[in-house]
Amino acid sequence: MKRDVELRNHPVELHKFRIRLFISACFVLVLFLILYVRFYYLQVSQQEHYHTLAEANRISISPLVPNRGLIYDRNGRALAQNYSAYTLEIVPNKIQNLEAALDELATIIEITTTDRQRFKKLLKESKRFKSLPIRSRLTDVEIATFAANRYRFPGIEIKARVLRQYPEKEIVSHIIGYISRINDQDLEQLERNEELNNYRGSQHIGKIGIEQSYEKQLHGVTGFEEVETDAAGRSIRVLSRTPSIPGNNLILSLDLGLQEAAEKAFWRSSWALVALDPNNGEVLAFVSKPGFDNNLFIGGIDQENWSLLNNSIDRPLNNRALRGVYPPGSTFKPFMALAALELGKRSPEYSMSDPGYFSLPGVERRYRDWKPGGHGRVDLYKSLVVSCDTYYYSLANDLGIDNIHSFIGQFGLGKKTGIDMEGEVSGLLPSSAWKMSRYKQKWYAGDTISVAIGQGYNLTTPLQLAFATMIIANNGKAYLPRLVKQIQNSETGDVEDIPAKLLYSLNLKPRNLEVVKNALVDVTRPGGTAAKAGANAAYTFAGKTGTSQVIGIKQGERYNEKSINERHRDHAMFIAYAPAENPKIALAILVENTGTGGSTAAPIARQVFDYYLLGKSPEATVAKLIEPAEVHVHDHL
Amino acid sequence: MDSFLLIGILTLMAVGLIVLYSATGANMSKVNNQIINMLVALVIMWLVANIPLQQIMRLALPLYILGLILLIGVALFGEINNGARRWLNIGVTRIQPSELMKIAIPLMMAWYFDKHEITLRLKDYLGATVLLMLPVLLILRQPDLGTALLIAASGFYVLFLAGLSWRIIAGLVISAAASLPILWSIMHDYQRRRIMTLLDPTQDPLGAGYHTIQSSIAIGSGGIVGKGWKNGTQAQLDFLPEQSTDFIFAVFSEEFGLIGNTILLFLYLIVIARCMVITANASTQFTRLIAGSITLTFFTYIFVNMGMVSGILPIVGVPLPLISYGGTSMVTMLLGFGILMSIQTHPKLVKT
Repeated sequence: MKRDVELRNHPVELHKFRIRLFISACFVLVLFLILYVRFYYLQVSQQEHYHTLAEANRISISPLVPNRGLIYDRNGRALAQNYSAYTLEIVPNKIQNLEAALDELATIIEITTTDRQRFKKLLKESKRFKSLPIRSRLTDVEIATFAANRYRFPGIEIKARVLRQYPEKEIVSHIIGYISRINDQDLEQLERNEELNNYRGSQHIGKIGIEQSYEKQLHGVTGFEEVETDAAGRSIRVLSRTPSIPGNNLILSLDLGLQEAAEKAFWRSSWALVALDPNNGEVLAFVSKPGFDNNLFIGGIDQENWSLLNNSIDRPLNNRALRGVYPPGSTFKPFMALAALELGKRSPEYSMSDPGYFSLPGVERRYRDWKPGGHGRVDLYKSLVVSCDTYYYSLANDLGIDNIHSFIGQFGLGKKTGIDMEGEVSGLLPSSAWKMSRYKQKWYAGDTISVAIGQGYNLTTPLQLAFATMIIANNGKAYLPRLVKQIQNSETGDVEDIPAKLLYSLNLKPRNLEVVKNALVDVTRPGGTAAKAGANAAYTFAGKTGTSQVIGIKQGERYNEKSINERHRDHAMFIAYAPAENPKIALAILVENTGTGGSTAAPIARQVFDYYLLGKSPEATVAKLIEPAEVHVHDHL
Repeated sequence: MDSFLLIGILTLMAVGLIVLYSATGANMSKVNNQIINMLVALVIMWLVANIPLQQIMRLALPLYILGLILLIGVALFGEINNGARRWLNIGVTRIQPSELMKIAIPLMMAWYFDKHEITLRLKDYLGATVLLMLPVLLILRQPDLGTALLIAASGFYVLFLAGLSWRIIAGLVISAAASLPILWSIMHDYQRRRIMTLLDPTQDPLGAGYHTIQSSIAIGSGGIVGKGWKNGTQAQLDFLPEQSTDFIFAVFSEEFGLIGNTILLFLYLIVIARCMVITANASTQFTRLIAGSITLTFFTYIFVNMGMVSGILPIVGVPLPLISYGGTSMVTMLLGFGILMSIQTHPKLVKT
């Protein structure tokens, strides 16, 4: 397009523009003048004031880190506590040659190889200007020695710190978890939650367990003080002070004595137990063996201990009770039995003849019972007492998977219970819709058969099993399982109870419950699968044994880890509650790779009940490793 | 190249390097980085200065559309960093499309008014306002209040210089005042906190107020003559935040005092004055508007940065032009000066 340049520079238009430009120039000058007035105010009128603040006595604002809340068991026994100690700390970016400085430091204060390794690991994870501990718990002599030599070590200082300690170590490690140094990920998380200000000065944060789940309660509110410091940074006078508010103390529902009794009842590693109070959902014991010394993590774990824990075939860092998923095996049967009665698919009187196997109509394939030759005539009662598989194969076929899924789902299997600890997994209670969305395959009648006896796609956590058992024990009330019973304000000492939370109630017919519960009592009596464990008990107790198969499990990659592949033996399961007529405790036990529930898992339950109900301490190491009492083989694949 | 302007820019850059050396605690690697940033930006400025303006004019619409597409891309697929979605990952590298908009907006709006020059009516101003508000709203949602305000300002300058009537300007001011409560309600919490903190920095001395308190102490304690180069205690003892980027002016002010501030303001004023002369002598509507907008935006950066560091404006994360450490803003600034130089050296439109 051709344009006339002259037209564009029309004098009137140009004039108008220049007026506007002139106004802009005035605008610029006025605003610069405002800035100048501000500078004059700060640098001339107020110079004295700011000079005082900055030069002679600089004000520094330092955070006052709150003391972390303590954790107790229900009887007031300490599970996590604080102690004051002197630590030797290094600010890495203030030191030219770190190695040389450490070598020199080692000549006056003992620094072990482990200390060094741990320090190096910290160094990698932290910012260079953060103060990092090289040694903690300095003795008086060490403090004096360092103080005398302090001039030789710029950038290294002695600091008084409040440190965390877990007196019970392994026994409650999976419940308490641990705090550890705040890393970059934690910082990002804190920033997202806009909590960063409250962590200025804090060095630790809860990483797992109660320490993580109740971080907000335990941490407290950071205070700050304005301190006048001289030119060398030494503080002269505190100007103002907003004190920190210490974190709240937690009182767990856990009974440490019971926890110890459970630990003592069985020496072998790799097992888990969850015990709940059926009257309110309180967690009485929460065992996941093996545990680990959670104190190791507080100051940053050294490489050696870390590989030891992380590479151990027993996976001590794995919280089996919360995160381990296992087929429930025959402990699934009481729920199946209730489903049958409630949905009207079986009556208590109905009985069938068990030839030792079950076949789907028109299919050759035989699903065998664990007992070759079968159990003879079996009704619902007997099916639970002797743990007859055939009865449940046929029952499952009549119920269909989706009835099983929706009915037994009410007992919380295959779902997170909502316990007050982070990291819970959901497990799996299969349904036809699930299989379609997961595998794009329709559900086959054969799939239902293995589900009937708690195998197949079934995966539950010990916590879920305990939750489900509690619901049977208290006739249908689903209480939220919770570890923290009370929160104590650490300043005033006021204790706030966390009320029991009834999630929902199941409307189960008393008559149906009675049938099933009577059968469960007879499981622990002569003729039942847990008769030995129940012998001569001073109270009645109800239970159900189970065996959970390790091989042939398609779901659950956990089992495909190479360390576990060598361990193909079945897991023993046991669910129980006592006293049967008025339950005070309900529990689930899982023992990895030891065979049957009746011989290994049930005796643990007996010990735990004896302690809880009778105050009887367990005899050391009761269960022999494998007792070929009852061969419980599920061959259904 | 306009040697007068070039000398002004180079002088300010030299001041910047001197302060940076002190602000980083004599960290030569950072200073060297900044020298590289400056050289790259100077080369870009030289290149742009040698392109005739009507070629740059052709880029206005494509640049604007590209910027807008990228901003929408950020809104949909951007990476979240510190709670804000500002960056777009385009495979090879991450880009911040709002930077591009800093140049694209004045270009686009100047181009737009150049097109509608003969028939300048109210609806043309409305059209221009829509062109401006689209990217501004997108950037505001990221959220990046500082950049959004600066881009809005650069667009408003074009509107103003193009002759937007005083009545409308008055109306805008009133409606802006009226919409403050609405703006407040859509602001993010941290933005509100910054404004609250401006009113009373001592409310949150560990958090948002910390920056303002410490930089005021730095400036005020500098006094008339300053504490001397590398002797600023606030800066050297790490009391100042972001001391090589957004708060570098506090370091300068502490070490060189009111005298230093006077000289620095004077230097900036000379550069702005030279830019205004170039603007006043520009030959077409397009070049006048683009030159005027770039000049006033440059001024706005200076004012907002010094204002926030000295505690009369909220902290919005705006660098001090030609002095703050960082490559991106350096390039954007010098790109603008390149355009001004091109206007100066190619005074007449070549007829096409």
